[in-house]
Amino acid sequence: MSRTPLDTVEHAAATPDVELPWAELGLKKDEYERVVEILGRRPTGAELAMYSVMWSEHCSYKSSKVHLRQFGEKAPQSDALLVGIGENAGVVDVGQGYAVTFKVESHNHPSYVEPYQGAATGVGGIVRDIIAMGARPVAVVDPLRFGAADHPDTKRVLPGVVAGIGGYGNCLGLPNIGGEVVFDACYQGNPLVNAGAIGVMRHEDIHLAKASGAGNKVILYGARTGGDGIGGASILASETFDDAKPSKRPAVQVGDPFQEKLLIECTLEAFAEKLVVGIQDLGAAGLSCATSELASNGSGGMRVTLDDVPLRDSTLSPEEILMSESQERMCAVVEPDKVERFLEICDKWDVIATVIGEVTDGDRLEIFWHGGKIVDVDPRTVAHDGPVYERPYARPDWQDALQADDAGKLPRPATSEELRDQVLKLVASPNQASKKWITSQYDHFVQGNTVLAQPEDSGMIRVDEESGLGVAIATDGNGRYAKLDPYTGAQLALAEAYRNVATTGAKPLAVSDCLNFGSPEDPAVMWQFAEAVRGLADGCLQLGTPVTGGNVSLYNQTGEAAIHPTPVVAVLGVIDDVARRTPVAFQEEGQLIYLLGDTREEFGGSAWSQVVHDHLGGLPPRVDLERERLLAEILISASRDGMIDSAHDLSDGGLVQAVVESALLGGKGARLIVPDGLDAFTLLFSESAGRAIVAVPRSEEVRFNDMCGARGLPATRIGVVDGDTVEIQGEFTLTLAELREAHENTIPSLLA
Amino acid sequence: MARVVVDVMLKPEILDPQGQAVQRALPRLGFEGISDVRQGKRFELEVDGPVDEAALARIHDLAESFLANTVIEDFTVKVEEGAEVAGAAK
Repeated sequence: MSRTPLDTVEHAAATPDVELPWAELGLKKDEYERVVEILGRRPTGAELAMYSVMWSEHCSYKSSKVHLRQFGEKAPQSDALLVGIGENAGVVDVGQGYAVTFKVESHNHPSYVEPYQGAATGVGGIVRDIIAMGARPVAVVDPLRFGAADHPDTKRVLPGVVAGIGGYGNCLGLPNIGGEVVFDACYQGNPLVNAGAIGVMRHEDIHLAKASGAGNKVILYGARTGGDGIGGASILASETFDDAKPSKRPAVQVGDPFQEKLLIECTLEAFAEKLVVGIQDLGAAGLSCATSELASNGSGGMRVTLDDVPLRDSTLSPEEILMSESQERMCAVVEPDKVERFLEICDKWDVIATVIGEVTDGDRLEIFWHGGKIVDVDPRTVAHDGPVYERPYARPDWQDALQADDAGKLPRPATSEELRDQVLKLVASPNQASKKWITSQYDHFVQGNTVLAQPEDSGMIRVDEESGLGVAIATDGNGRYAKLDPYTGAQLALAEAYRNVATTGAKPLAVSDCLNFGSPEDPAVMWQFAEAVRGLADGCLQLGTPVTGGNVSLYNQTGEAAIHPTPVVAVLGVIDDVARRTPVAFQEEGQLIYLLGDTREEFGGSAWSQVVHDHLGGLPPRVDLERERLLAEILISASRDGMIDSAHDLSDGGLVQAVVESALLGGKGARLIVPDGLDAFTLLFSESAGRAIVAVPRSEEVRFNDMCGARGLPATRIGVVDGDTVEIQGEFTLTLAELREAHENTIPSLLA
Repeated sequence: MARVVVDVMLKPEILDPQGQAVQRALPRLGFEGISDVRQGKRFELEVDGPVDEAALARIHDLAESFLANTVIEDFTVKVEEGAEVAGAAK
């Protein structure tokens, strides 16, 4: 086997004319030239590997950065924010000395290629982000989007994704408490598998990703490094440097939740003994990312000996080791006299741990292989000074026509019978139907702290057993709204998640987001992105809920067809005592059903327009964030003072969807009267934002009305919890049995 | 009736957590000298009628689409000669 000499820094300097496969690694010509300019010579293969992965869209946010800055610039003043954007995950103060970290990320493409492992490793990745902050993971949530429910490929992708999330999360012992499942043909070939996680810690336990203090050791621990997810690096290894080597490397990473569980316990024990100076999880871009980020966030440089990295496959080249995305690995910086204890803890948990380098007092990141120096870079140029693009964006020429195609003009049901049929059709449609078949595959209650889980409006976890302090999280997004108007659509996603948290009685505190869009090289997509970010940043400023971090997923498109712009927003809230939570289900017959907020004729992007007319056009519902804030305050006060026994936010599907869900979950029906000024159709199907229904015990009615009146929130009595039917007076009656069959059979019959 | 055996193994470069768990357990149980373990699945298919090319093609098809996940797994199909294998006989 012939092998060309090791491509060391010296060798690179001496052989400036060697052509490197930068284009195959995804770098543009000017980006490669920039690397050459930074280094003052051609990069070595290993350096090229590092720059190419770290300057990728995924790691560098090069297309999105200029817009994401708004989250910082427009950040509202918030005493709750302990750690903001830029760290592994944001950290929020929830009181009583507790802090909560949470984040949402995407694992879209891997989940399309290999649904089970893609989704499983998505959970693994987000959980490591939480551990890296010093927190114990306590729950996960999974907002999912798939192609049409009846498409054959959905039947391939969805069960795999769901099994992967369940398999990994259940093995880790983490309850899955929320998320969404949405079907739309636009996600065919580009399913969105977003994963969120929450962790809890004490304030003093927050850890940051940085490497400081010359002489401190860099320890890689967790799984061995294999050839996972390094399709690109193989080009370097096989074509340029060693033709005899097999170049077939998997793009698919396989997760090992039991290893991850050990990693959690081992890391938290090391934190508890204060052995760790800085820490970073290994996700995308693996060691390239961990070493360059740790070094550039710290004060000094770093020297790493790649030969010391424990390998699963001894044939890996140094470029591949640097790019490998093998799962369940972390990198810690530890003071020399604490290394022994750190390694002992790892050994106790059966976790492989190896000192691979140390922090230096220089400012270079140097990496050695077989005695030769193969990387010598300023780590900041790798981790932070990547290219930044001001991509051109333009409002697409079809936007006006789309918005002019008003859903309000669609034919409405002419008779009570037709109205009744459409209600049944709506609650049975894949997007509105019960997702129990999916969510029952996840463990909701492991650890014993789950207070609420799907299908509640938000998931809720008890943080402190004594005081009852808890946190709530809701994730929402509506690609149909965002397609009609990305600015408003993003605010509607924020408003819905905010409202969902408040509906359960928790006070919204902070936001994380996962922004799923098509190709940034398409000006129309870039416009959608810019508008959505602007909308979200403005909305967060107005609601006083800062964005603490998140993730951008671009290139979600097949050929010319991009997905609907899909900003998914997670809102985290806090509740003083989880015993005061408000559930969705109707609790007691005779309680009065109140509709809070204003109902207008708003059908653009609605579930009704999709289910009945297969239509998408017009404008999404109007957003009034001041109203959302008032509604949230009322819902929280009413929960705290025991004025309401159940509540449900109104969003896609409108009032009828909410009433049916509350009725089915509670096993109690409802009699509704259409209030003056509204027609039955608008009452049932309108998707006006800023609304909720609540069930008020008769003894609390006066007090509740007084509160709403004093605060200026419209509250309309629309009916009563009663019997085993849902009756709209003067229109139709549906039995709970009929509704249950329609609502709960759809998903199993399509997917089981 | 003939028997066709389909062996399904994770591709060599794919992480095999189960195999690793077995391998880690071996030294604890006093079995030394095993440097790697990979675990797979074996399917024994009893075929009605002759195992001709058409039957094998059919089995190849079902293995590829159902028994193995070819994104991360390889499989082999072989016809077993004789009814019993050494060690399996009682």
